[in-house]
Amino acid sequence: MAMSQIKEDSNQTEVVKSESAVSVKNITKNYGDIEALRDMSLEFPRGQLTSLLGPSGCGKTTLLKIIAGLLEPSSGYVEVNGKSVTGPGPDRAFVFQDFALLPWATVLNNVAFGLEMRGVAKSERESIAEKYIGDVGLAGFENSYPHELSGGMRQRVGLARALSVDSDVLLMDEPFSAVDEQTRRKFQEDLLSLVQNENKTFLFVTHSIEEAVYVSDQIAILLPRPSRVSEIIRPSSFRGKGVDNIRRDPEYLDIVDDIWSSLRTYVE
Amino acid sequence: MSSLILWGLLWEIVGRAKLTFFVPPLSEVIETLFSIIGTPAFQKALLETAYAFSFGVFFAVVIGIVVGILMGKNRLLDELLLPWVNVFLSAPLTALVPVLMVLFGFGMQSIIITTALFAVWIIILNSRAGVKQINRSLVDMANSFGASPMDAFFKIYFWAALPEILGGVRIGIIRAVKGVIIGQLLISIVGFGALFELYSANFLMAHFWAVLIVLFALAFTISEFLAYLERRVSYYAAKR
Repeated sequence: MAMSQIKEDSNQTEVVKSESAVSVKNITKNYGDIEALRDMSLEFPRGQLTSLLGPSGCGKTTLLKIIAGLLEPSSGYVEVNGKSVTGPGPDRAFVFQDFALLPWATVLNNVAFGLEMRGVAKSERESIAEKYIGDVGLAGFENSYPHELSGGMRQRVGLARALSVDSDVLLMDEPFSAVDEQTRRKFQEDLLSLVQNENKTFLFVTHSIEEAVYVSDQIAILLPRPSRVSEIIRPSSFRGKGVDNIRRDPEYLDIVDDIWSSLRTYVE
Repeated sequence: MSSLILWGLLWEIVGRAKLTFFVPPLSEVIETLFSIIGTPAFQKALLETAYAFSFGVFFAVVIGIVVGILMGKNRLLDELLLPWVNVFLSAPLTALVPVLMVLFGFGMQSIIITTALFAVWIIILNSRAGVKQINRSLVDMANSFGASPMDAFFKIYFWAALPEILGGVRIGIIRAVKGVIIGQLLISIVGFGALFELYSANFLMAHFWAVLIVLFALAFTISEFLAYLERRVSYYAAKR
């Protein structure tokens, strides 16, 4: 994989809470009589990775799709870079749980699809796509079709497609849940260096506590019925210690335990 | 293929046994086929039939795919049109041909419309079915990158539904062969319809079968070509 390792000496742990790239203000979402989200407000600091973590049915994917502009909230609004969201926009790119690749298109055309929709000329979008295919470690697979790739490789295609449009905000909906455990670990490490190297804001939906604590600058715990933000956790001490040390850091382990004890009553 | 040979042999035996004047030996039919294939009457008939058939199929395919995809995308449109599509799919369209004659006259126009009417409904239904099973996240994906409705139609829905569309077009074209002959028989006696009429009225059974074989061969070739296209997209049909 071409992405570099996290710099061991980085000292980003004490980032002062910068302005928000994404603000969710009093969002309510109803499906008929069912209340999926109630009066939810949340801030997503610029340049950081925020996880939405919670049991199934807590509305985390719904919230992400509202931020993406794919769903309309029943009330409330979302601001991205201070501008109110009325639909999908070039400031946001989405990474899908099931990859959402075009099965009839090659890796190159899949990665270039976002650029194509934005009206980038063919030769230009192909050279951009090639660069990002290389960045995610898929050089040489440009002319392969999705069904010829493993699950992990397919999600790299999905990631390259989202990166290639160079949006400020990357919305990731359980992006690693459909890949195997070892690939997922690799992805998590790569994601950390991505957050570090790309000047982007990441919104990351997951149902894995360990994953959330491992990759996040900020974790929003969502609880269901009615869906609400119960807690926001900002791990502070282990982020700069390098990918290999995070999983045995006492703070990492404590946070994982704390989250589990607050979530366990909601899991049947 | 071996089954065709077997049935051809049986045909030959039945023909030679002179069980019925209706079935001359296959060898005689093929001989007749080659003797009439060069005649101006035959070529004129072929041309007239091909003309009506191509236009009929063209309209059926374009209208069928567009209407089918729109029905699959739009629930309101679907509920409005689906009963009619189902009615016409199973309706005895032959009975409608006189109505078409009143509406569109006795010429080529009516024949083309008859041909299209035979083919279009199954194409609509299949295109609709293809769109119905589309992976929702592909649509979300296109929207999230700001795809226009046109982009979504041509770059997502059409391709996602293509395996079903091709299946529908294949069956539709086979129905169109029936449609064009029925149209020619009922509306104005032209093309192969006229030949059928002429040969059967004069008990020229070898000629009759020869034309039928030509028609069968044409339909078979087109349908095999579409089946080939279907196989070309089958690599993703199971993985959408």
